[in-house]
Amino acid sequence: MSIEAIALLNDPVRRGLYGYVVSQGHDVGRNEAAEAVGVQRTLAAFHLDKLVEAGLLDAVFRRAEGRGGPGAGRPAKYYRRASGEFAVSVPPRDYRTAASLLAEVVDRAGLDERAEDAARAYGRKHGGDPERLLGERGYEPYEEDGVLRMRNCPFHALAEEFPALVCSMNLALLEGLAEEAGWCARMDPAPGRCCVALSKTNEI
Amino acid sequence: MHLAQFNLARLRAPLDDPATEGFTANLDRINHLADASPGFVWRLVEKDDAVFNPFEDEMVIVTMSVWESHQALFDFTYRTTHLEFLRGRRQWFEHTEEQTVVLWWVPEGHRPTVQEGRERLELLRAEGPGPKAFTFRERFEPEPAR
Repeated sequence: MSIEAIALLNDPVRRGLYGYVVSQGHDVGRNEAAEAVGVQRTLAAFHLDKLVEAGLLDAVFRRAEGRGGPGAGRPAKYYRRASGEFAVSVPPRDYRTAASLLAEVVDRAGLDERAEDAARAYGRKHGGDPERLLGERGYEPYEEDGVLRMRNCPFHALAEEFPALVCSMNLALLEGLAEEAGWCARMDPAPGRCCVALSKTNEI
Repeated sequence: MHLAQFNLARLRAPLDDPATEGFTANLDRINHLADASPGFVWRLVEKDDAVFNPFEDEMVIVTMSVWESHQALFDFTYRTTHLEFLRGRRQWFEHTEEQTVVLWWVPEGHRPTVQEGRERLELLRAEGPGPKAFTFRERFEPEPAR
């Protein structure tokens, strides 16, 4: 149930733990999460498991880095963001179905380039500081070797359904958003992250 | 079971035309990327020519490959630089409202023929996605062995 899952995040400790785990780019153990949020390990574990129960986080068991073989101890519990999506709209709205139907038409008609043009124009109109904008739009940007990458794809479900169309549209949108700041967007896809990377134009 | 993929597309301009250069210039790189991708099993190669055209129409190009899983094929197609390559398809190939890519399950070790790929594509076009011929969007799991 989406509303129960989202309501869990109303608790500041749980929200802090969730925010920390999903922004790390690696699985997070109980000690690390507890330290990051500044609570006791047992309290962190209690809340982390609540988040797993609600489907917001996934738990995986494995041995700590660099330990293996006999005497390594039993595997520890690590947490990462769950792949499920939760959305609540009051009153009920369903833009997802509308988007999927429209994407199907655009895809079938071969209008990818028109979708890119529209996305680029939209991006230019809403341009500004790329890092701030991407953060506000839910991309969860992080810097890696001078390149801005994004942990989250705001169009994830639609991009799984129509990857070529939606990823190209997203690239054009980000090109538009970053243009004013003189940043350049390019495709750099890999599983588990947004397929676009941004860098300062003269550094490519 | 392994997943087979067949793609049939018709070029807008001949292979030696400058308009198609973006396609031909990147083919080797993309093919090698496929060969080195996790879960890759096999792809159609004719006398080391990257482009294979078994039909009378010399503008028609087909690709065919076999993968260990749906995820392996998806990740190669959409989560590598192949995605950037795909963006050029509207420029290089004629647009058609018909399906151009078909997927189906083959026994491990099976090497599908172009004829087989073409039949699966025709089945998909005639009857829509089903267990014998389907698409990325509407996929089917292998039928249990009898």
